[in-house]
Amino acid sequence: MGEFKVHRVRFFNYVPSGIRCVAYNNQSNRLAVSRTDGTVEIYNLSANYFQEKFFPGHESRATEALCWAKGQRLFSAGLNGEIIEYDLQALDIKYSMDAFGGPIWSMAASPSGSQLLVGCEDGSVKLFQINPDKIQFERNFDRQKSRILSLSWHPSGTHIAAGSIDYISVFDIKSGSAVHKMLVDRQYMGVSKRKCIIWGVAFLSDGTVISVDSAGKVQFWDSATGTLVKTHLVANADVQSIAVSDQEDSFVVGTAEGTVFHFQLVSVTSNSSEKQWVRTKPFQHHTHDVRTVAHSPTALISGGTDTHLVIRPLMEKVEVKNYDAALRKITFPHRRLISCSKKRQLLLFQFSHHLDLWRLGSTVATGGKTSGKFLVPGKHGDTLPLSKDADHLLQLKTKVSKMPACLRSAVQIMFSEDSTKLFVASNQGSLHILRLLEGSFKHLHTFQAQSGTVESMCLLAVSPDGNWLAASGTSAGVHVYSVKRLKLHCTVPAYNFPVTALAIAPKTNNLVIAHSDQQIFEYSIPDKQYTEWSRAIQKQGFHHHWLQRDTPITHIGFHPKRPAHILLHDAYMFCIIDKSLPLPNDKTLLYNPLPPTNESDVIRRRTAHAFKISKKYKPLLFMDLLDEGTLVAVERPLDDIIAQLPPPIKKKKFGT
Amino acid sequence: MAALEEEFTLSAVPLGAGPDGLLGVEQCDKTDQFLITDGGRTVILYKVSDQKPLGSWSVKQGQVITCPAVCNFQTGEYIVVHDSKVLRLWTNEDVNLDKVFKATLSAEVYRIHSIPGTEPLVLFKEGAVRGLEALLAEPQQKIETVISDEEVIKWTKFFMVFRHPALIFITEKHGNYFAYVQKFNSSVLSKYTLLLGQEENFVIQSFTASLDRKFISLLSLSSDGCIYETLIPIHPSDPEKNQQPRVVRSLLLKTVVSGNARNALSVLDQDHVAVLGPPLPASKECLSIWNTKFQTLQVSKELPQGTSGQLWYYGEHLFMLHGKILTVIPYKCEMSSLAGALGKLKHGQDSGTQTMPHFVNWETSQGYGLESKNSEPSKRILRRRTIEPSVQPEVPASQQLLSIIKKDSEKHIEIELRKFLATKRTPDFHTVIGDIAIGLLERCKTEPSFYPRNSLMQLIQMHVLSYSLCPGLMEVALEKTDIQMLQLCLQQFPDIPEAVTCACLKMFLSDAVQDEKMEEQMGILQNGFNPEEDNCDNCDKELSKKPQKTVEETTSCPVIPKRAALLNAVLHSAYSESFLLPHLKDIPAQHITLFLQYLYFLYLKCNENATMTLPGIHPPTLNQIMDWICLLLDANFTVLVMIPEAKSLLLSLYKFVKSQICICSELNKIEVSFRELKKLNQEKNNRELYSIEVLELF
Repeated sequence: MGEFKVHRVRFFNYVPSGIRCVAYNNQSNRLAVSRTDGTVEIYNLSANYFQEKFFPGHESRATEALCWAKGQRLFSAGLNGEIIEYDLQALDIKYSMDAFGGPIWSMAASPSGSQLLVGCEDGSVKLFQINPDKIQFERNFDRQKSRILSLSWHPSGTHIAAGSIDYISVFDIKSGSAVHKMLVDRQYMGVSKRKCIIWGVAFLSDGTVISVDSAGKVQFWDSATGTLVKTHLVANADVQSIAVSDQEDSFVVGTAEGTVFHFQLVSVTSNSSEKQWVRTKPFQHHTHDVRTVAHSPTALISGGTDTHLVIRPLMEKVEVKNYDAALRKITFPHRRLISCSKKRQLLLFQFSHHLDLWRLGSTVATGGKTSGKFLVPGKHGDTLPLSKDADHLLQLKTKVSKMPACLRSAVQIMFSEDSTKLFVASNQGSLHILRLLEGSFKHLHTFQAQSGTVESMCLLAVSPDGNWLAASGTSAGVHVYSVKRLKLHCTVPAYNFPVTALAIAPKTNNLVIAHSDQQIFEYSIPDKQYTEWSRAIQKQGFHHHWLQRDTPITHIGFHPKRPAHILLHDAYMFCIIDKSLPLPNDKTLLYNPLPPTNESDVIRRRTAHAFKISKKYKPLLFMDLLDEGTLVAVERPLDDIIAQLPPPIKKKKFGT
Repeated sequence: MAALEEEFTLSAVPLGAGPDGLLGVEQCDKTDQFLITDGGRTVILYKVSDQKPLGSWSVKQGQVITCPAVCNFQTGEYIVVHDSKVLRLWTNEDVNLDKVFKATLSAEVYRIHSIPGTEPLVLFKEGAVRGLEALLAEPQQKIETVISDEEVIKWTKFFMVFRHPALIFITEKHGNYFAYVQKFNSSVLSKYTLLLGQEENFVIQSFTASLDRKFISLLSLSSDGCIYETLIPIHPSDPEKNQQPRVVRSLLLKTVVSGNARNALSVLDQDHVAVLGPPLPASKECLSIWNTKFQTLQVSKELPQGTSGQLWYYGEHLFMLHGKILTVIPYKCEMSSLAGALGKLKHGQDSGTQTMPHFVNWETSQGYGLESKNSEPSKRILRRRTIEPSVQPEVPASQQLLSIIKKDSEKHIEIELRKFLATKRTPDFHTVIGDIAIGLLERCKTEPSFYPRNSLMQLIQMHVLSYSLCPGLMEVALEKTDIQMLQLCLQQFPDIPEAVTCACLKMFLSDAVQDEKMEEQMGILQNGFNPEEDNCDNCDKELSKKPQKTVEETTSCPVIPKRAALLNAVLHSAYSESFLLPHLKDIPAQHITLFLQYLYFLYLKCNENATMTLPGIHPPTLNQIMDWICLLLDANFTVLVMIPEAKSLLLSLYKFVKSQICICSELNKIEVSFRELKKLNQEKNNRELYSIEVLELF
């Protein structure tokens, strides 16, 4: 296959924000995740947990609550006191509305989905009516004396439970007055704490209210009498979140110690009808506070300060051993945050509010053995002496103020290979082409969205010759436009799973598409059909180990000299596919980490297959070929991220 | 686990109970209140928790109450019948029964039934049933005769079946029993003949019934002392057929009481029955709770002053006449759970010892029970003296053995037993062995000189006995200070109560354990047994040997090897802490000190090797040792602090705990240092933020 010089870059100082809220939508099997910087991400759990939508955040919009209502509508509320609705098609904020109650700490949609409740800093609970286009304030409930930190509707929609500081109130929706006020014990292990904060409440259909609080308690209350039924002390620190399954037979709580506890309603004895809540399973997948949990029919979902989104399947609910049966820990975005200038050897890093530009270093080491035409100075595994270290060139923070209207909000932008054109995917589903001139630009053309859709295109690919532009949204297929003729050339047949990466090969103009189910298609744009190779691999099927990978392909590259080579990478491996070699079948070893020893060339040739995989660099955020013998790999070691997080709660290892 | 609580009496004055005891105890519309009707003229309303009467009513001199007073739950009135035909209705406010509402009926009343949720029912002696309202509307209405001449109602009960009332009554005619089920939603009266099986010459002494889903489960206590179960369908399958359906009764519990006295039976819940009567012909009367599912005696209470052979059960209270005084015994049956049933399990058997079927296969046991009634009678184990072996042409070996046990000498029994054990095992082997053991023990109790030690040992070593199969065995062994047998029992039985374990421990720690005696017993053991089939004897010896080895290593073992072996047997036994603790308090402080010293010695021994185990086959584990140290200290700490001998031991234990705490805090400190080191190391790695490497793809 060959030897490469690899620029191994670890200076991309990317730290994901901590997860603040997760909201699971049963109807569409999607998960909305909000982070402490206000970012909101949508994961499609049916499509191999792919992060298919993304709303960038802003410091002023820190979200404290996130919920789905009326089926597919997503709302968030935060400390700026505003309720925000997101436009899931245009990937934009639909509107934001001030609740006039100070910072909002909690929000809950009614079981029917037609009403929205928010709990505010001033102790008020406000009810909003969800109209088709907007939400409308309806009424205030009796004001409480301190902030409302948690809210939960009774499944019948007649009552709500509201967790505050030191007490839980039960409100009647009709009258808006508090029916019960349940005081929570401040005592913690015999020591009186200053205050007991009710971080979460859940209202069950039988009238039980479950509360979790800062004293480490999970408590069961009878809302009819306002009395405490049972207490479970689960942690020495705060219990910060709770989520109940739809069947109300299990729930999950997350603690500040990073532990997630599963509670289940089980029979007291076998075949008895009497049931009680039992703490069944503890999970320790987090190092820091678990700020939020969700309960899907088959999995427990948790997220917190340590920035991981953890999806822990409930093995008893999973019927077949497939993707859903594996524990998922999602840390990095399923998008490319890095772009690279191959000729000038520059790397551009995208942060939430700025860009960093770096220049790669170089080495003077020469000699060694030849690999093809290229001279590689050294052998596998060697680190070469640096003649020049990488430089941090610039940090871009300011935005250009005067922009034409069509460029005010863009989902994705891309330059043509010769840097004369800029392609912009706007949030209304249209694509703009701009000609770049010295210091200014000129609008050339707009491809309007397909009739009836306003779905934004979030992935773009342009052919190196500048003639073709491919664009893909989250659900519809990939559209290929002819830049020369300024019209839609063709549409690649739609596929069930969202596209994770797109690229057009030089010379052949083959469009390579990676999907979230790990399938890869190669589509010939000039011929408007799948290539032979693509058909062959679809016919034979991918190797099962290839299909079992759990991170999506985020970037596709090509070898400048060898058209048969395609480079792809996900977070844990990169692969160069050599289309000229035979495809691997399930009996062959897909990935062999050991270099061949003294095998004869015959055996090597016989066992060689098209997929050349390396897992040396991980977690891998970006990888591309700079030239025929040089690769650039951007890694972000997890330890570096952890080192930048606040220290976790210290737990004693020895003695109790 | 079922438990009887402290009894209390309801009336200090003896009730005017006739020779037949009370007429009845009935529930009232208010909880905790009960109507007691004595055999003569008085009805008393009691509040049970206060143990005091709330009201008392009597009929005039010359009149006799013939049926227990009941409460009409719909109106709160009380109803009683005197002189068989006169109905009286009154309330709490009424003082004189003579002046209350009266209705004279045209036929004699057997009983009035009243349960919450429906109107009371009147059952006439001739078998006809009327609702109270209908009867009061027309008291002189004609009452038809349902049962035949000479048929007498023996027992009756009123149920709610799926919100419809149903009445069952049992009649007897010339020793034949019939069951009638009257349902009021369909007004169907179904009659069943009770087939008694082979024991027709026995009289049924008591009935009780409970509702299953599709059946009324009728339990009857026969004069042979056994409890039988009869399932009577609630919905008769084919009411068209004129033929009288027959229902067969099956044996549920064998010989729970001696049949000759007046016994009573009451079903408590699905799995528990209360039985009143003397367990052995000669003994005093007892109230016993049996688990019918596992056929085990749960709890038993002696009633030395005798009873009237009547038993009532409402809610959580059992009512009976103890002597002449009405006594209430609260009964509790906690939810049975596996953990509760097993407590701490015996520690896993080591590979050296054989796997023994500790747990009886209840399926075969019950199957066997059914089989014995339905098919050949000869398979039944009859061991009542009233049955002559000659009656049965073919007598099974076990029964022959049982009759031998009753009469013959120890030596002969031993030989016969060995012969019997050599034969093939039947599915009911464990029950037969249990019966033989009980037979032997019964004779032990009656004849103080009779102690068939070898036979009992042989039975224990069949590995099928458990404590509940032969409840008296360990008590007898304790009485005879038969240490060897106790050790064997501790090793073999999975279900020894904590009290007995503790009694064994007490004996093992006492001076009863002496070298000479043990030697002598070992001799007997060797003589009495066939070494080939007796592999437990070997492990027994190993166990005795093992501590000897340790003695050789260190001179500080505080107990002699024999005692150590015995104590090890106790350490291995199963227990629940909460049940064991109270008994541990009874052990003298000197013995506790000795035991603690021994446990501490074992602990030090454990610490000698890295795996923290003791040498030898089947040694006590570290956990067992630590658990027992904690238990002993918990139970006796205040006493131990006071005695000077224990001072050094407590000091060393204290030092040990202190050093453990020290270690933990040091480890915590080291952990912090390690974390800092790790951080430094990380920073070093972090410096390599950029490098150019060579990679070869194959």
